Amino acid sequence: MLALIALFPLIGFIINGAWYSMFQAPRGRTKAGATLPGIIATTAIGLSFVFSLILFFQLQDLPAEARVIEQVVFNWMNIGGFHLDLAFRLDPLSSLFTLFVTGVATLIHLYSIGYMSHDATPGKFFAYLNLFSFAMLMLILGASLPIMFLGWEGVGLCSYLLIGYWYADMEKASAGKKAFIVNRVGDFGFLLGMFLIFQQFGTLDMSQLNQNVSALAQHGSNLATADLGVITAICLLLFLGAMGKSAQIPLYVWLPDAMAGPTPVSALIHAATMVTSGIYMVARLNFMYSLSPVALEVVAIIGGATAFFAATIAIAQKDIKKVLAYSTVSQLGYMFLGCGVGAYAAGVSHVITHAFFKALLFLGAGSVIHGMHEEQDILKMGGLRSKMPKTFLTFAAGWLAISGIPPFSGFFSKDEILWQTFASAHGSKTLWVLGALTAVMTAFYMTRLFYLTFLGAPRFKEGKAQAHGGGHGHDHSGIAVHESPTVMVLPLQILGVLSVIGGFIAIPHANWIEHWLSPVIPAHDPATLVAAPGMEWILMAVSVIGAVFGIFLGLKIYSDLRKAEQLKARFAVVYKVLENKWYVDEIYEALIVRPIYWLSVGLWKGFDVAVIDRAVLGFGKASQWSGQILRVAQTGSLQHYALVLLIGLIASAGYLIYGLA
Amino acid sequence: MNYVQPWVILAFSSIIFFIGFAGILLRRNILVILMCIELMLNAVNLTFVTFSKQLHHMGGQMSVFFIITVAAAESAIGLGLVVAMFRTLRSVDTDDIQLLRE
Repeated sequence: MLALIALFPLIGFIINGAWYSMFQAPRGRTKAGATLPGIIATTAIGLSFVFSLILFFQLQDLPAEARVIEQVVFNWMNIGGFHLDLAFRLDPLSSLFTLFVTGVATLIHLYSIGYMSHDATPGKFFAYLNLFSFAMLMLILGASLPIMFLGWEGVGLCSYLLIGYWYADMEKASAGKKAFIVNRVGDFGFLLGMFLIFQQFGTLDMSQLNQNVSALAQHGSNLATADLGVITAICLLLFLGAMGKSAQIPLYVWLPDAMAGPTPVSALIHAATMVTSGIYMVARLNFMYSLSPVALEVVAIIGGATAFFAATIAIAQKDIKKVLAYSTVSQLGYMFLGCGVGAYAAGVSHVITHAFFKALLFLGAGSVIHGMHEEQDILKMGGLRSKMPKTFLTFAAGWLAISGIPPFSGFFSKDEILWQTFASAHGSKTLWVLGALTAVMTAFYMTRLFYLTFLGAPRFKEGKAQAHGGGHGHDHSGIAVHESPTVMVLPLQILGVLSVIGGFIAIPHANWIEHWLSPVIPAHDPATLVAAPGMEWILMAVSVIGAVFGIFLGLKIYSDLRKAEQLKARFAVVYKVLENKWYVDEIYEALIVRPIYWLSVGLWKGFDVAVIDRAVLGFGKASQWSGQILRVAQTGSLQHYALVLLIGLIASAGYLIYGLA
Repeated sequence: MNYVQPWVILAFSSIIFFIGFAGILLRRNILVILMCIELMLNAVNLTFVTFSKQLHHMGGQMSVFFIITVAAAESAIGLGLVVAMFRTLRSVDTDDIQLLRE
C-alpha cells in the first residue's frame, strides 16, 4: 500500500507520456486540450494524496514509538556485503512530507489544467509533472540513502525538463542547463557523503545507520576525535548536496533562473517541494548532524547568510516571479537556520507553512501573469484589485503569511525558528539579528510586490474586455485583464485557507508538529535553552513589530511612486547593486565559468587535438604504411605463391628432420 | 627374383615430384600446370606403393586409390575452371591472371 503512493504518479506519467508520444508528438505542435491529460495527471496524484491520508491515520493509530510502516518492493542488488532493497519507509517525518507534497501537488496539477490551456503540448507537461511527483515521493519514502538519491536525481531531472519546457527559447533552455549543472556540483557532495557513510558504518539504510551512529555515540560519553571528524565530514558533504538542491549560498544561483519554467512548475518544484528536500535530508539525518557542532554551525551560518542575502536582492527585482524566487531562497535559508541551531522540528514546520503560502503566492503570480497575458514586470501592473478580486484576496493571505503577521501561518513557524536561534545552545545572537532583519526586509519587499501589483492606479493601457477565445493576447488598444477560471482560482482559495490556518500545527508550547515528530526528531528539552523563558514573548513582540514596520515602510514608499523614484535616485548605487543581484552571476562567470571555459578550450586544443587525435590518427598512418610495405608480397601471381609454399614445405620438413633431433 | 631396390624407386619418385613442382613454378600455361600437378600426385602415389610393399601394410595402396579418385575429380573441376577462365579472359597464361593482386 505504501508503494502505491509513489506508483500512482508513475502510472499517470506512463499514460500521459505514451499518449503524448504516440498521438500528440507525431502530429507536430498542434493544439491539444489540456483537460484530458490534466485530469489523468490530477487523478493520479490525487489518489496518492488519498492513500497518504489513509496511511497517515494508520500511523496515528500506532503507539508513538512504533510509528513505522515499511514495505520492501524487491531486492535490487547484492554485491558482497552490500544489500540494497527497493524499500519504502513511512515514519512521522516522511508521512508529514508525503501529505503536504501530494496535497500541494494535487492542487497545482489542478491549477495547471487552467494555466496550460493555451499550451501546445500539455500531454508532455503533465507527464513531466507526474514524473516529478513520483521522484519526489521516492526521495521522501526511500528507506535507504541510495533510494533517496534516486529520487534526488529524479527531481533534478524533472526540474531540468520543466525549466526548459519551452526549450525553443534559448534563454529558458540555458536556465534549465544551469539548474542541472549547479545541482550536479551538490550531488557530487551527496555521493561522496554516501560513500563515506558506507565505508564508515557499513550500511546505507537509514534506521540501521541511526542505530550504528547512536551506538558509536554511546560507546564512550565523548566521541573520539577521529569519529567526530568523520561525522563532520559526512555531514558537510551531504550538506553540499543540500546546498545545491535547496539553493543555498554559494549554489543558489540556479533557482532565480529556474523561473523560466511555467509558473505551476515554479510553485510546485521551485518553491513548495523539491527545494525543501535538502531540509528534509538534514532533518532525516538529524542524529548525525546533532553529533557534530561544527556541521551544525556551518548549516546555521549558511542558512542565516542566505536568508539575509537573498532578501536584499528581492527588494530591487522587477519581475514578479524573480521577487518570489529570491524570497524562496531566503525562506529556505530560514529553514536551514532552524535546522542548524538544532531546531529541526521548527525547520520542518516552516517547510510546511512555506509550502502553503509560497505555492499560493506563485500560483497567484501565475494567475496575474495569465490574466495580464504574459506580463511579468510589476512596474507595469497596478490596480489589479478590482480586476482580479479572488486572486487579490488569496494573494493578500499569502502576503500576510510570509510577512509574519499573526495569526497567519508564516508567523508561527518563522517565530519558532527565530526564538530557537536566539535561545538554543547552538544558536547565537548575531544569527538572530540577521534573521530578524531578514524578517523586516521580507515584509518590506512583499509589501512592495503586493502594492505594485494589486493596489494603486493601473500603469498599463487597459483594453476592453473582449469575448474570450477570439481576442486572446495583446491587442493594439491595450491589455484586457481578466480573472482566472475557476479551475485556477479554486486551488488558490484552498491554499489561501491553508496559509491562514496552517500555522496552528506549530503553535509555541502546544507544538503539534514537534510532538508528532518526536520519534524521529528528539523533542527539545526546554532546559537546554540558554535564554530566559520570558524572552520568548519579548522576541515575538519584536518580530511582529518588525513585520508591521516592514509593511508600513513598504506601503509608505510605494503609495507614492514619485517618492519611491526619488529614494531610488538617492540610493542609486545600492539600488543598482541589488538590482543586479550583487553581481554574483557576473562574478561566477568571471571566476568559475570563464576559467573552466578556457581550461576546456585549452584541453580541447592542447590535449584532445594535439595528443589524443594525433595518436589515433598515428595508428591509422602506421597501419597504412606497414600495409604499403607488405603489399609487395601480394603479387597475385600463382607461381610466386607456389614458390613460397615450396620454401615453407622445405623449411618445415627440415625442421621435422633436423630440428627435433 | 631380383627386385628393384626401394631407394631407387623413392629417388625416382622424388625426382618426378620436383620435376612437377618445377613445372608449376616455371611454366605459365595453366593446362601445363595442371599436368604438373598430376605428375606430383603420381609421384606421391609411387612413394605410397613403395612403402606399402616394404612395410607390408595395405594402407598405402588404399591411399593411392583415394588419390587417383580425387585427382580425377580435381582435374575435371580444374579443366572446367580453365575453360571458364579462357572464355572470360581469352587467355590461359598465369601472367595475365593476377586479379587478386590489389
